[in-house]
Amino acid sequence: MTAKLNRPQSIKLYKDMVTIRAFEEEVRKMFSAGLAPGLVHLYSGQEAVGVGTCATLDKDDYIASHHRGHGHCIAKGSDITRLFAEIIGRRPGYSLGRGGSMHIHDPETGNLGTNGIVGGSVPLATGAALSAKLRGTGQVAISFFGDGVLNQGILFESLNMAALWSLPVVFVCENNGYGEFTEIDDVTAGRPYTKRGAAFDIPADKYDGMDVLVVYDAVSKAVERARKGKGPSFLIFDTYRYSGHSVGDKQEYKDEKERQLWEARDPIQKMAKLMVKMKLATKNDLKKMDEEINSTVVAAAKVAKKMPVPGADDLARHVYAP
Amino acid sequence: MTKISYAQALVDGMRESMEEDKTISLVGTNVLGLGPQRPLIEKVRDDFPDRVFDPPCSEAGLASLGIGAAMAGARPIIDFGVGSFSLLAWCQLVAEAGVAHHMSGGQIKVPMVFTMLHGLRGGGGGQHSHSPQAMLWNNPGIEIVVPSTPKDVKGLFKAAVKSNNPTAIISHSRLLGVEGEVPEEDYFIELGIGDIKRPGKDISLIASSRSVITALEAAEILSGDGIEAEIVDLRTLSPLDKNIIIESVTKTGRAIVIDETNESCGVAAEISAIISEDAFSSLKSPIKRISRPNVPVPASPLLEECLDITAEKIVTAARELLES
Repeated sequence: MTAKLNRPQSIKLYKDMVTIRAFEEEVRKMFSAGLAPGLVHLYSGQEAVGVGTCATLDKDDYIASHHRGHGHCIAKGSDITRLFAEIIGRRPGYSLGRGGSMHIHDPETGNLGTNGIVGGSVPLATGAALSAKLRGTGQVAISFFGDGVLNQGILFESLNMAALWSLPVVFVCENNGYGEFTEIDDVTAGRPYTKRGAAFDIPADKYDGMDVLVVYDAVSKAVERARKGKGPSFLIFDTYRYSGHSVGDKQEYKDEKERQLWEARDPIQKMAKLMVKMKLATKNDLKKMDEEINSTVVAAAKVAKKMPVPGADDLARHVYAP
Repeated sequence: MTKISYAQALVDGMRESMEEDKTISLVGTNVLGLGPQRPLIEKVRDDFPDRVFDPPCSEAGLASLGIGAAMAGARPIIDFGVGSFSLLAWCQLVAEAGVAHHMSGGQIKVPMVFTMLHGLRGGGGGQHSHSPQAMLWNNPGIEIVVPSTPKDVKGLFKAAVKSNNPTAIISHSRLLGVEGEVPEEDYFIELGIGDIKRPGKDISLIASSRSVITALEAAEILSGDGIEAEIVDLRTLSPLDKNIIIESVTKTGRAIVIDETNESCGVAAEISAIISEDAFSSLKSPIKRISRPNVPVPASPLLEECLDITAEKIVTAARELLES
């Protein structure tokens, strides 16, 4: 995409990544202030994967996300105030404030939800793809999942069915190197991990997940293939989570050098440099954008914090659908 | 009215539903087990070849495949075959299907059906004889249908596929060949409405699934003693028709709760608790449970038979209660 990259496209990709980074910084503050129940898992560092992927999709395409899913919601087009509200348990949040960080659903943008079950997104997206195929809509479904899911049996069950029935689903593995506090290589046999997709005759490859344009190109091809009825793809994006498993994780298991190496490949900085080099924006333009986004995000957080919490009378609503 | 088997009625309900609603598909074709009724399901495949899938043995993946499809506008029927196999998909059933609507603040719906066979089946042993309905009932958000007759399974099936909730239709393996009258006209039976299968004034026999048939046999024997038992068929556990239970027990003053799930935290335990809370003052004697003892099911025919709920066990319990 680099050669054909135009100004509006580049700005959209850049802004979405910056928005996610700024959003997660506010979430960190909210969690540290005791406002968010449970745990919050920040997407900072992995922005290129979610943004590059969702940029290839139409609004009615499906995504199924995971526990580190705020970035996917933003990239697919959710409103940040309602996202904040959900994360801190406020009634106007996407799931009425009862879902929290790991259970944000926004069907209006095709988002089947962030998910607290490791590997939960994989069969759900496969099923959404089955629905699209049965209904003949041409929609595709993306399953975002982490490297920990490489060792979940349900991944293999889903890959098999997706391949067997040529379902329009793209499996997007975000390999940030760690499953909770354990290095993925310490607990995973069968390298390269793309073999997991290839075992089912699914086109499978590994890419730089710190480069939003690389992600965009790889997912575009996979989405196109899916829309043509040619079946699933299995993509692994190598990336890095800056903030540990969840907020509060001191990451003592990480090597400082490793961190510096990955931070030097920061996806936002990379895109910024490219945009300046290609004269798609000046440094000053980018600085302005950063400032605008930051103030928008901070203002949204402020609004969300003033929103009401659900009442106890809300508890039994929606256990069953009418 | 025509007389057909439970299996035929189930298939008829499925075919008529698929005829009416093109978004329904069937994934898994062991709906009628491996017994003599099995070929009946072929009619569904013949009628809807593009909407019937023979899946791999991947219960967890299949369950969530169905859930994802349901979230995205389809109405799948996911068949587990033997109910014991649903245990492989427990996380998907209770922590995806059951919670999605509530967890999403009512935005996500999971309109789908899970079918499975439960109970003692003759040599099923410890791994093919589970009755998962009580375990499932311990989780909110899932509707549970436990029919006893051909008429009920057809009518309830047609209602279940129209429901916007994940609904488990749990049929007893030994009911598949049992025949009964089924209306010829189009009908459906609303979920959450129990049925008095036989009226009586002396004692309430509250049952579901195959236990209803056994209770009816017991009632016939008791009638010879001049004891008129009322048979309450729950038909669905979730939603539950509490009123029909309370009204019957209020009238008779005596209750035996009969159910094939294990005694601990089983269906009979829950129904007994409801009666204790809501109809205690009407009781003339303690509530009696007849359920599966808390042992795994042995494959040995003799030992398996010991666990079966028989009319004799019900008759003995009823006589004891009426004499107390």
